[in-house]
Amino acid sequence: MSKFEINRRGLLKSTAAAGAGLALPTMFTSSAWSAGYLNEPKGSTVTFGFNVPQTGAYADEGADELRAYELAVEHINGEGDGGMLNTFSSKALQGNGVNGKKVVFVTGDTQTKSDAARASAKRMIEKDGAIMITGGSSSGVAIAVQGLCQDAGVIFMAGLTHSNDTTGKDKRANGFRHFFNTEMSGAALAPVLKNNYGSDRVAYHLTADYTWGWSQEGSIKKYTEALGWKTAAAVRTPLGAGDFSQYITPVLNSGADVLVLNHYGRDMVNSLTQAVQFGLRDKQVNGKDFAIVVPLYSRLMAQGAGENVKGIFGSTNWHWSLQDEGSKAFVKSFGQKYGFPPSQAAHTCYSQAILYADACQRAGTFMPSGVGAALEGFEFDGLGNGPTEYRAADHQCFKDVLVVKGKENPSSKFDVLEVVEVTPRAQVEYPADMLGGELGPYNNGA
Amino acid sequence: MDAILLQILNGLDKGGAYALIALGLTIIFGTLGVVNFAHGALFMLGAFCAVSVKAVLSLERVVEDPNQLTAWGTPMEIRTPFVEVWFGDFGATILDYSVPVSILIAIPVMLLIGIAMERGLVRFFYKRAHADQILVTFGLAIVLQEIVKAQFGANPIPQPAPEAASGMIDFGIMVGIDAGNVVYPAWRLIYFVFSAVVIGAVFAFLQFTTFGMVVRAGMADRETVGLLGIDIDRRFTIVFGIAAIVAGLAGAMYTPILSPDYHMGMDFLVLSFVVVVVGGMGSLTGAVSAGFLLGILQSFASMNEVKDILPGIDQIIIYLIAVVILLVRPRGLMGRKGVMEH
Repeated sequence: MSKFEINRRGLLKSTAAAGAGLALPTMFTSSAWSAGYLNEPKGSTVTFGFNVPQTGAYADEGADELRAYELAVEHINGEGDGGMLNTFSSKALQGNGVNGKKVVFVTGDTQTKSDAARASAKRMIEKDGAIMITGGSSSGVAIAVQGLCQDAGVIFMAGLTHSNDTTGKDKRANGFRHFFNTEMSGAALAPVLKNNYGSDRVAYHLTADYTWGWSQEGSIKKYTEALGWKTAAAVRTPLGAGDFSQYITPVLNSGADVLVLNHYGRDMVNSLTQAVQFGLRDKQVNGKDFAIVVPLYSRLMAQGAGENVKGIFGSTNWHWSLQDEGSKAFVKSFGQKYGFPPSQAAHTCYSQAILYADACQRAGTFMPSGVGAALEGFEFDGLGNGPTEYRAADHQCFKDVLVVKGKENPSSKFDVLEVVEVTPRAQVEYPADMLGGELGPYNNGA
Repeated sequence: MDAILLQILNGLDKGGAYALIALGLTIIFGTLGVVNFAHGALFMLGAFCAVSVKAVLSLERVVEDPNQLTAWGTPMEIRTPFVEVWFGDFGATILDYSVPVSILIAIPVMLLIGIAMERGLVRFFYKRAHADQILVTFGLAIVLQEIVKAQFGANPIPQPAPEAASGMIDFGIMVGIDAGNVVYPAWRLIYFVFSAVVIGAVFAFLQFTTFGMVVRAGMADRETVGLLGIDIDRRFTIVFGIAAIVAGLAGAMYTPILSPDYHMGMDFLVLSFVVVVVGGMGSLTGAVSAGFLLGILQSFASMNEVKDILPGIDQIIIYLIAVVILLVRPRGLMGRKGVMEH
């Protein structure tokens, strides 16, 4: 006959087992997941933090990002025409906020400076109770803010960041990127460059001397050299050099017949304008027409270079002239509200806000680990880039990449680029471990 | 040889801008004793005079075409500049020459801005410490650039040179080098010639006019000139306006080289101060000489052959030269005794 004895250890074991058994059915419900994470929304609203450059060189791009975020919040809350929510393949969002809470937002100014961006993100997390941080127009800033969000325990939905490192060696579990990267630009551009300029070319790189520039130069060199191109020189230029004439004149007699401008923003506008001034676009070298390539185009920046962009190839994440249903819906919604078409920065930011809200709704929680799990491996369509996947291994979106060219006969000041090829996703995919880094564990912050 | 000649040309046009800004800075310092950190903003305002003139000349007649719709469903707008509507081809030519035309507008505008800046703010800081002057003028520069950003946005604004001056000139042929080896953008050569003419005009004005003589006398001994019954303050106000014109013209003509944005003044300000210090505080010839010298050295330091030996030298050369010159000649290349020494 067995003896039934109660002692302290047995009581604790029994209580723990009983507790686990009773809790098991609720472990997978939203109320259970929602317990214990940073800035868990308690009232009827949930706060998003939009961290964009409101001052500094990228302020115009930041303003466009902010417009897109405001539009996304309207649509998530059921206001306006719904935009891309109408074409988005996931139907979890019902136009009544997220998880029954209306979305409100706070904004911060990154100034396109890592320290300022971290300070504004920190303020939004600690003082304003932001559940998620999103936005930005620089890879240096994105990597810095992503690290902060990981340490704090909130999700970071990157804005415009193109360096491989954001979802490569500097990737973090709490960070997600919708925008493409330099590796994809190289893979998409190379075949187009081969078709237009052949495989016997000598390239000269001018490269902005920071993380994105190095990443872009590496990717373009890798893919063009695989085509058979040679690299005459790769010269690093200081960020914000203004006058690039002293870097462009050596190109004239270098034997190179292609100039690759790994520049973005003001540097791109100035270096491209000055390269054209020095007659490079009309020059003949090695019996071939000289060519200029701008690997990362932005329509906002291309407007600054005016007619100098004509005929020059580059890549972009999205363009307002796309004719899929998602892009048309977004352009209509944005154009009617603001009177002009959205930029690629606006598109990626709008998409990120929608994707985050949708993931929260599907997960039934705002807890970073729950939201992350809903985003990992998520396959979707209807957001303007065709079928897309948020790859679980590195939190990078994989989708088609656009190769564009400066338009010869623009019909308006917004009509400066034309899409010459939509490079299929399969052509720009790469193994997850190729770019290094470790996601590490999620941090829920509590 | 070709590469060296090209870098000298690069240095000359860049040096022209440095020299013009530094000339104004050193005139203001020499006459008023003010360290004007808003001088770069005057360069930027000159550039935006050119932008504004082009914007005015580009004002468009807008006609909606109900048969064509934008991507967001509103009628497409057909835009034609009024100058073309009113004057046809002549209007198109005026628009093409908007940068040279803007010089005519920039002269009175910059004179007024300079006088307003001096009378409205700077004169209250004549007897204050240089640190106070730097703080207040730097603050003014930030205010001005934020106003410009609010009005024109943060992105660079393209400002092409007139079509007739947007091509290349084969400079090599002029100096006996094979054709095609040293070709250089025409507008940059025009800019160098323009800066030389403006510098010459300023020197001639100060050297050969009574006004200039009084100003030079005031720079040497303000108190004595005042005791002779000459209203030196009024003349110095005009000098401030002239310095603003020089900076403004430098900025307006530079717009086809560097698409203007609100921050361009700050980019030139620090370098121009180095130019003034290297040339010698208060020395006009020193400022001009140092402007061209540092422009050329900066271009040479960017050559791949130089960078292969000394990586990164292009980013520090100007400051390195400044350190060396100040060690050897503490008053700068042509600095006057007693300036900023008490």
